[in-house]
Amino acid sequence: MSISAHNLVWGVRHKTIVADVSLSVAPGETLGLIGPNGSGKSSLLRLLAGLKQPLSGRVEILGQDIARVPRRTLARQVAFVQQNAATDTNVSVRDVVRLGRTPHRSALSGWSAADEAVVSAALERVDMTGHRAQAWQTLSGGERQRVHIARALAQSPQVMFLDEPTNHLDIHHQIEILRMVRDLDLTSIVALHDLNLAAMFCDRIVVLKAGAVVDCGTPDAVLTETLLRDVFRVNAEVCAGPIPCQTHIRFKAA
Amino acid sequence: MSIADDKEAGAGWLAIFLGLALIVLAVAVALAAAIGDYSIGVGTVFLAVTNGLGLTAADIPPIEQSVVWDLRLSRALVAALAGAGLAICGAILQALLRNALAEPFVLGVSAGASTGAVAVIVLGIGAGSVSLSMGAFAGAFAAFAMVALLSNGATSGPNHTILAGVAASQLFNALTSYIVTTSGNAQQARDVMFWLLGSFGGVRWPDFQLLVVVVFVGLAICLLMSRSLDAFTFGDEDAAALGVPVARIRLILFGVTAMITATIVSMVGTIGFVGLVVPHAARYVVGPMHLRLLPACAAVGAIFLVLADIASRVVAEQQTIPIGVVTAMVGVPFFAIILYRARPQQ
Repeated sequence: MSISAHNLVWGVRHKTIVADVSLSVAPGETLGLIGPNGSGKSSLLRLLAGLKQPLSGRVEILGQDIARVPRRTLARQVAFVQQNAATDTNVSVRDVVRLGRTPHRSALSGWSAADEAVVSAALERVDMTGHRAQAWQTLSGGERQRVHIARALAQSPQVMFLDEPTNHLDIHHQIEILRMVRDLDLTSIVALHDLNLAAMFCDRIVVLKAGAVVDCGTPDAVLTETLLRDVFRVNAEVCAGPIPCQTHIRFKAA
Repeated sequence: MSIADDKEAGAGWLAIFLGLALIVLAVAVALAAAIGDYSIGVGTVFLAVTNGLGLTAADIPPIEQSVVWDLRLSRALVAALAGAGLAICGAILQALLRNALAEPFVLGVSAGASTGAVAVIVLGIGAGSVSLSMGAFAGAFAAFAMVALLSNGATSGPNHTILAGVAASQLFNALTSYIVTTSGNAQQARDVMFWLLGSFGGVRWPDFQLLVVVVFVGLAICLLMSRSLDAFTFGDEDAAALGVPVARIRLILFGVTAMITATIVSMVGTIGFVGLVVPHAARYVVGPMHLRLLPACAAVGAIFLVLADIASRVVAEQQTIPIGVVTAMVGVPFFAIILYRARPQQ
């Protein structure tokens, strides 16, 4: 298993936000994390990436308990793409992607040809090579998200976490970003709001409700009318497409 | 967009920039040693310096030797170090707090130093200039300790830390005002006012010796952590995701900036503007990445304060204008040009 979580519990004060979650992700798999607002998607994602410490339970990534792995070592294997990470600093696209090499460089080591090659490849992968000298502030939302993904790729990770990477993007860019993520040669876990996009691009889906896993499986197995009513409180019609992974959800007004 | 955009060109550009800056700094320091109520020729200044270093034994009037070596050179070098130190602290706090308005005094250090200094000047706790510095230093660290405590050892995020700094500043400023109004006379109030605005009068070689160690050790630590500082570009969590031990780095760097600032404030008072503006100016020239930015800040800050000190001594005859007044009056027009040129191109 690439990632496995065992009985994760996390909360603040008297409120439990992630309640006894266990899951596992196979190498190369794209796992979608869906659930209504406040269901604990973002928190779970951060627990899995080691950015929050669970109250109990543990996470193993590539066979190691991440609580015992130094932060920098972990960052060479695991990348995390926040939603809409922003800055006021006047940085260029290349500067941003170069930050991805941070965990691979010691305090005194120079910028190597290998670093440069990784950065160039990452920019190429997200089709932003032509924008490398452009200022961050002048990029569109879709371009910024692509640069964030390039920066994550520059970490040379084996596992990538993405927290609602398609928020605030138009449908073209939503599809473009998710196709890119799916086609990466990585294990990825993506928190998503759009159920149809989750159905289109995820190998498997984990459904969260009130911090607990309600269901887990392939999109066509998980996304049923009953589940949508119970978890998301919507009436919808689920149409199985002509080919697998083409499950489509049509929401009803009442 | 920064001028030093291309990486390879950037390294060469930085070397040229720093080389030029050092030459300008040397000229500025020489001018600072030559200019004053008692004007001394640059040639004599040069000989006085080499005499002082023990390299020559040129025959120049003892009074000129003493003015250059004992008074003006030490003063100019302390000014340079103070400018460098404040600019570095400003750059680091702007990065860690992700706030363009952050400056060395945002953590309450200057307010605490003022209270400590006022306690010495007005209440007469201890006596003499040594204890004034000691009082200021103690006050500065008391304020920093309060901020560290209020922000859980600086782990609670930028805004929380800034608010803790505001609270500490308000408290210590109130204490300062309380002491001055209840216990001070008019002369003491004037002394306090003068000290608060900053002055290089009275600094000597021992001040330089302490400050050179503090500033260079501080700069070295910050340079070692410059990669981590860069990683804060998109915030604390993002830095953590890039493998940076966020809490530890923040605490160390806050401690280093507090140490540098407290040392400077205890020697020369609260010199505003340098720490706020120099990092922005330097960023405009060498870009935002800290391995380049910090040396550039040090160079620009040093030159700026040496020049400001010269101005403070020559603008009004027979008196010295507080250095804080000069930094603002010289700095604002200069900064206005940069702000204008760096305005977003929409």
